[in-house]
Amino acid sequence: MPVLRWIRRNLVVIAGLLTLAYMILPNIVVMVFSFNRPKGRFNYAWQQFSLDAWKDPCGVADLCGSLSLSLQIAFWATLGATALGTMIAFALVRYRFRARGAINSLIFLPMAMPEVVMAASLLTLFLNMGAELGFWTVLIAHIMFCLSFVVTAVKARVMSMDPRLEEAARDLYAGPVQTFVRVTLPIAAPGIAAGALLAFALSFDDFIITNFNAGSTVTFPMFVWGSAQRGTPVQINVIGTAMFAIAVLMVLVGQLIASRRKSNARN
Amino acid sequence: MSVTEAPPAPPAEPREPQGPALRKPSTRKRLVPYWLLLPGILWLLVFFALPLVYQASTSVQTGSLEQGFEVTWHFQTYADALREYYPQFIRSLLYAGTATILCLLLGYPLAYLIAFKAGRWRNLVLVLVIAPFFTSFLIRTLAWKTILADGGAVVDVLSTLHVLDVTSWLGWTESNRVLATPMAVVCGLTYNFLPFMILPLYTSLERIDGRLHEAAGDLYATPATTFRKVTFPLSMPGVVSGTLLTFIPASGDYVNAELLGSTDTKMVGSVIQSQFLRVLDYPTAAALSFILMAIVLLAVTFYIRRSGTEDLV
Repeated sequence: MPVLRWIRRNLVVIAGLLTLAYMILPNIVVMVFSFNRPKGRFNYAWQQFSLDAWKDPCGVADLCGSLSLSLQIAFWATLGATALGTMIAFALVRYRFRARGAINSLIFLPMAMPEVVMAASLLTLFLNMGAELGFWTVLIAHIMFCLSFVVTAVKARVMSMDPRLEEAARDLYAGPVQTFVRVTLPIAAPGIAAGALLAFALSFDDFIITNFNAGSTVTFPMFVWGSAQRGTPVQINVIGTAMFAIAVLMVLVGQLIASRRKSNARN
Repeated sequence: MSVTEAPPAPPAEPREPQGPALRKPSTRKRLVPYWLLLPGILWLLVFFALPLVYQASTSVQTGSLEQGFEVTWHFQTYADALREYYPQFIRSLLYAGTATILCLLLGYPLAYLIAFKAGRWRNLVLVLVIAPFFTSFLIRTLAWKTILADGGAVVDVLSTLHVLDVTSWLGWTESNRVLATPMAVVCGLTYNFLPFMILPLYTSLERIDGRLHEAAGDLYATPATTFRKVTFPLSMPGVVSGTLLTFIPASGDYVNAELLGSTDTKMVGSVIQSQFLRVLDYPTAAALSFILMAIVLLAVTFYIRRSGTEDLV
């Protein structure tokens, strides 16, 4: 049977594409249901095509407020975690000192712990300190759990850097600041960017830690969570679809720039 | 970030090369690493390590919200919490373990496809793996409610193929329902953590020198043997970090169990959450989360020892 033989030969490809379909299916559902006009409070069954939600994405109370709050938190958390994480990564790769092992474990542990444990323990700290739960406690928590991921992302890049490039800069009479700004930083930039992007995505999408430490503050994931109980507005699907589209667009533009640059370099 | 560079797999790292040639540093220079470390490490100590200490102390307190809590070294809380909630613990480990295995089975072919077969489509497939991330995971999990809905296409197909008869007999589903059953929860967990499996697998597969495959072929190894003896062992770092990145968060997750499951599929995360935020029984909640942490750390340590990749962490 030629068909069976073809299937056997391409088994990996078929299985891989099936997994890919499994991963993308919910995104397609989210997209399709952003054009739905639901009956009742829940947007789970298809009723009728409509563009209402797309025309008025902020038409639901508190939705865009929570979205902007999430963006703000993600922005500051990314900034904080990237700055602190990059410094740690450089220290760990470039210097030998005592307590390296202990510091490595301290950085690894937050990634090796269920989120709910970190969320709960941070809450006990805030309760004991009598801190008011809200924007600041969420921001503190987000910087904390993004930090380790930034460190690993930057570390991977710094480790593969050739130290001789910096030595060469020094030999050419560049001062330490000049060497760092003109040589070290540009080479480390992709790692730092990857870490920052990861931190932004993690912070923006975090629910469990935020749920524990936000008090009555409502971030976007918390809004979605609440709406799952109260009734899901179609606007949620619109925002989800827009986020997906923006991400794909950004990647495509990035690819275009990269390939343009590569072909320029070749010419 | 260009897509060719997948986010690195956190726990799996090659051994660090020796640092740049070190000169005799002055005292001021010797302090540089400490200044670099200070802010970040302080942050982790105050907002990660210290909270764990607070939680340990909370778990041995007694009292009530009205009268205040006091440390009385009441270890009984641990025993009581375990006795009352062991079904949720077992369920969490079972669901997380199943989801991890499914992620590995589903993720491996896709990672392999991207690393070796995709050719010029590689970047596109990578984008398709990462892009769903950007739609909030809660929205995507809610979409599974639509997909698995009673009387929906998936349920129809599965029941026509009599798959649901088998799964119901196994206790994974209930009669003609998938939603609000263990199968739905595991499906959601698998879905949500798949990228955490695929990316580390891809990074470790991508590092494999293609000439090794050719060499294996030259030595008369069949594709299956090549995979078993060359590819798979060399991808072990990815397998280990992928399974850890999937199992650890999955074991503490409660979102999937709450959104796709029923009261019979509650995981330990839900219990911790409701004890902390609704019942306000802080000692029990703290004890539960400590037990979960201990179980996970023990399992992880054991697993890393067994898989012989200790130096990865």
